[in-house]
Amino acid sequence: MSDSTKNIMLLLVITVLIIATLWSNTGAEFAGADDRASEIVSEIDPGYNPWLENVWEPPSGEIASLLFALQAALGTGFICFYLGYKAGQRKKDGVVLIDKH
Amino acid sequence: MGAFTVIVGMHIMEGFLPIKWALFWVIITAPFLIFGVRELNRIVKDNPSALLLVAFAGAFTFVLSALKLPSVTGSCSHPTGMGLGAILFGPYIMVVIGLIVLLFQAILLAHGGISTLGANVFSMGIIGPLASYGIYVLLIKMRVPRWAAVFAGATLGSLATYVVTALQLALAHPSEVGGWYASFIKFAAVFGVTQIPIAIVEGIFTVMVLNLLFKYSEQEIASLNILDRRSCCE
Repeated sequence: MSDSTKNIMLLLVITVLIIATLWSNTGAEFAGADDRASEIVSEIDPGYNPWLENVWEPPSGEIASLLFALQAALGTGFICFYLGYKAGQRKKDGVVLIDKH
Repeated sequence: MGAFTVIVGMHIMEGFLPIKWALFWVIITAPFLIFGVRELNRIVKDNPSALLLVAFAGAFTFVLSALKLPSVTGSCSHPTGMGLGAILFGPYIMVVIGLIVLLFQAILLAHGGISTLGANVFSMGIIGPLASYGIYVLLIKMRVPRWAAVFAGATLGSLATYVVTALQLALAHPSEVGGWYASFIKFAAVFGVTQIPIAIVEGIFTVMVLNLLFKYSEQEIASLNILDRRSCCE
């Protein structure tokens, strides 16, 4: 099996896993695990008050998802640049890709 | 509850560790950070061609920690992306990469926090990579196929991070009955169990990306010589 076939199959496994978790919890809120953790803190330690607040908070969920998308885009951008660069380098050097698997 | 509004995520929230615990984790983390910076300098000096690969490991972490995935518990969490770099370079430089990602998220995304940075770097940048690397090396030595060793290393490292997060919260907030252990069970049920399917997804992702790297960057990876270096420097 070639590497790309393997990777496509692995990607399918990931997709199925994620869809299955959504499917099995249709009524759930899917809030962040840290939200739940802060509830537990106030339950265990009712007197505890966070002594510091975040220096800056994205003004809305939309802005937060903008920043998260930006973070993922920057990372993906570099990853794709790197793989493309390496693939081009190999081609230029005349290295023949031998798939060992 | 206004003060408790937190944006989806899973690191320890700003202000949720009492000052003495916040300081404690900074003190524990600091020597690893110094060591990590020196190790990073050494790798880049010995292997200038590895610099792009280091950036690649950082970029991978950026992408994965932005992906908040649903889990079986009905909450969301995200992968750490630390396993890939730990397997390629050994665990120490991941302290630096972890710090950069956590700072970005604490300042711009109100996710994690400055006061909890020490604790979060400890769980994500130190324990996670140490676990990933240790498991990977052990399984390779036991002649387990490389993909399985990568999968186990990345998955268990991701899981270890959140077990430690739960432990850090439990130590700072022990229950009146049952002490820190009772608290740990509660926090672990949130962070640990939520992380299980996400850690598996992270393991599979890491296998996929390392497949590509072993194909395109075989030389750079060979020049890093992880397994040999480990035996020389222990």
